[in-house]
Amino acid sequence: MLELKDIRKRLGEQEVLRGVNLKVAGGEKVVVIGRSGCGKSVMLRHIMGLLQPDGGEVFFEGTKLTGLSEEAWNPYRRKIGMLFQGAALFDSLSVFENLAFPLREEGEKNDRVLRDKVAESLKIVSLAGAEAKMPAELSGGMKKRVALARAVIRRPDLMLYDEPTTGLDPVVADSINRLILHLGKMFGMASIVVTHDMVSARMVGDRIAYLHDGKIYFEGTPEQVDRCEDPLVRDFVRGHASGMDVIG
Amino acid sequence: MQVLQAAVGKFGGLIVRACETVGGVFLLFADTLRSLFRYRLRWDQLWEQMYFIGIRSQVVVLTTGAFTGAVFAAQVWFQFKRFGMESAIGPTVSIAMCRELGPVLVCLLLAGRVGAAMAAELSSMKITEQVDALRALGVYPTEYLVVPRFLALVISAPVLTALALVTGIGVGYFVAVQIFGVDGAYYWDNTVKYTDRKDVAIALIKATIFAIIIASISCYKGMNCPPGTAGVGKTTTEAVVNASLALLISNFFLTVLLNAVLYSN
Repeated sequence: MLELKDIRKRLGEQEVLRGVNLKVAGGEKVVVIGRSGCGKSVMLRHIMGLLQPDGGEVFFEGTKLTGLSEEAWNPYRRKIGMLFQGAALFDSLSVFENLAFPLREEGEKNDRVLRDKVAESLKIVSLAGAEAKMPAELSGGMKKRVALARAVIRRPDLMLYDEPTTGLDPVVADSINRLILHLGKMFGMASIVVTHDMVSARMVGDRIAYLHDGKIYFEGTPEQVDRCEDPLVRDFVRGHASGMDVIG
Repeated sequence: MQVLQAAVGKFGGLIVRACETVGGVFLLFADTLRSLFRYRLRWDQLWEQMYFIGIRSQVVVLTTGAFTGAVFAAQVWFQFKRFGMESAIGPTVSIAMCRELGPVLVCLLLAGRVGAAMAAELSSMKITEQVDALRALGVYPTEYLVVPRFLALVISAPVLTALALVTGIGVGYFVAVQIFGVDGAYYWDNTVKYTDRKDVAIALIKATIFAIIIASISCYKGMNCPPGTAGVGKTTTEAVVNASLALLISNFFLTVLLNAVLYSN
């Protein structure tokens, strides 16, 4: 379904991605882990066309997307949903307007259909009845749920999650993880989850890829990652700081 | 030698950044015009912006127009009465309001009020990933965010300028006639006689071009905000300062050009 071939990207002086290769099959859930600032989110933005690579290619459902103009990307973006790290809800619009936005952009004008679809999506994320609220009235976890509902309301073929559990308490984080699994099962969509939360990675991933030094350094099932003896992967998975400059 | 090199390097960097900004503003302007004709117009967004720019700016614009007309009429009276030229106060106030004071002051106010709001709103959306969310939902940001703001300002600025002209000339008449005792019939007759239709045209053309400058610079700054909350403040300040300077500089060239075109015979 999705293939990244030798993606390279330089941001300012830093070469963030140095040849990322990744394949995702239909319905598969791939988790990309790695240290903060290693380029996970940058990689995700290339898939959505929010950044253009300096080198390499992105293929989606057999079509090469690299090099397309901003507007030529749009039909493909409608098949890909993205949950942003900060939720990125439109803060001047209510929850209903946020969820109805992608449907209206597709040409849906029937108020009843919009109301039904929004209510159904909110029910899936356990926020039934929250239509009238404004984003400023929601907690961090609720914002992510609403953003998730907005991202999946058009039933995309592929969902991208950028740090879905960052900044949430463990209970809310667990509910988001369950939601990711539930949505995958319910709609059969493939997903790429970028995170450094290993609990989340083990829970939602069919496959885990470790991004290090701008490349996919290791790939395997959650069990293989847990058993991996490579010091870099082992330290990350177990949360050890050896090898880093640690005071004390 | 090193100090000289550093100074030249710094100056060169400033020139390059200025050229980048000017180029970026022109590219955004071109993209806005293209998007205006390519996509369906979002009327709800346009009305919302028209309300904010056109309706909500009226009090400040009317106050500015009124007191500019009042002050100018008073100053002209103080000078002209020495030469017994009180009957020339009306056309002087009217022509000055139309050709310079009306469009320049109204648009400077709009640069401060509306330009700052545009830059702050767009840059806040940019740093909270809302612009990226729009793109991710398949919406072209120029079409959704820039076109309604641009169009609303370009429509509203000439209307607000016209309001300021009417108010300024009216209040100028009141000050000259009611406070300083100038003959009202002479005042009004000379105002109508010497104020040309072309003077009003200059006011409206200038206001339209100033609105294009303010909207293009403010939207460009907002859409290219650096990350972080400090970037929002910096972007907003730069938008207002750059738009105001561009407006004042372009006013000189517009004055020369419009006089050459409209009064060539």
